[in-house]
Amino acid sequence: MKKGSDPFSARLAHKRGPTPFSFRRYSWRVTSTSVLRALLGGSLIGLAVTLALLSHGRVAGISGMLGRVLDGDGGRTFRIPFLIALVAVGAIAAAVTPASFGAPVRGAAVLAVAGVLVGVGTTLGNGCTSGHGVCGISRFSLRSVVATMTFMLAGGITVAIAGAHG
Amino acid sequence: MKPLTAALAGALFALGLVISGMADPSKVVAFLDVTGNWDPTLMFVMAGAIGVHAPLSRLVRARRAPLWEPVFHLPTRSAIDPRLIIGAAVFGVGWGLSGYCPGPAIVSLGTGATPVLVFAGAMIAGIAITRLLLRGRDLDGRS
Repeated sequence: MKKGSDPFSARLAHKRGPTPFSFRRYSWRVTSTSVLRALLGGSLIGLAVTLALLSHGRVAGISGMLGRVLDGDGGRTFRIPFLIALVAVGAIAAAVTPASFGAPVRGAAVLAVAGVLVGVGTTLGNGCTSGHGVCGISRFSLRSVVATMTFMLAGGITVAIAGAHG
Repeated sequence: MKPLTAALAGALFALGLVISGMADPSKVVAFLDVTGNWDPTLMFVMAGAIGVHAPLSRLVRARRAPLWEPVFHLPTRSAIDPRLIIGAAVFGVGWGLSGYCPGPAIVSLGTGATPVLVFAGAMIAGIAITRLLLRGRDLDGRS
């Protein structure tokens, strides 16, 4: 095996400090299985939001749904059953494939602050990864494109400053 | 029938998040770690979702109405204003810190793990407080 081509030397090489951009540095994490899973999972999400639009005529944005439910505008025919299904499938997946949920990357105090930021930010910005990132971009909404680029950039800067875990 | 299609959509959505890797916060943070140990895999989640939804939503919106409602309820807001940018930026900071955006956070509630409960509780509190403060100000992109 060539030096630097296995995961562990790639990690060590990264630890030694900044190196020029090279896709090979990352390629060990991008396996055909993980890419296929990402594409398959993404397609299912695309089908899910299409079903919500076709049957209920609504954008399936999770932050907006939570907000409307909190307003008492539960929509017993749409938002409540959709959200219950999210948790139910989560519970089944937790039993069948617990590794899919990984482990938290921060302690409880930081998670609490992050939770408030996500709640405040998605309410001010009228959407999150689903509402803007999937539904809005699929409608070619410039507003959603700008929002998605903004939260990805802010997320990238945050990880660059705060590190990937801690 | 109406709650059934909503639940089916929610179930597919959650399954998609779990299969794709979006429910694993360390994978999400690695996706955002562009300057460090970057894992670009999750880009394909968005590509898959938009690749399916962009053409299909076009077909659906060509209908006069959805199946169970008299009209489509689509966002009408199009302004790119400071509120949008500030909101998206604040969301991005929370997302980068935790690796959770709202969908995966709600799905992960199914694990019953305390850190997720803390995150989701704080997120719901953040949504509730902001909606209270913004009451009446065009909250859902509808006029």
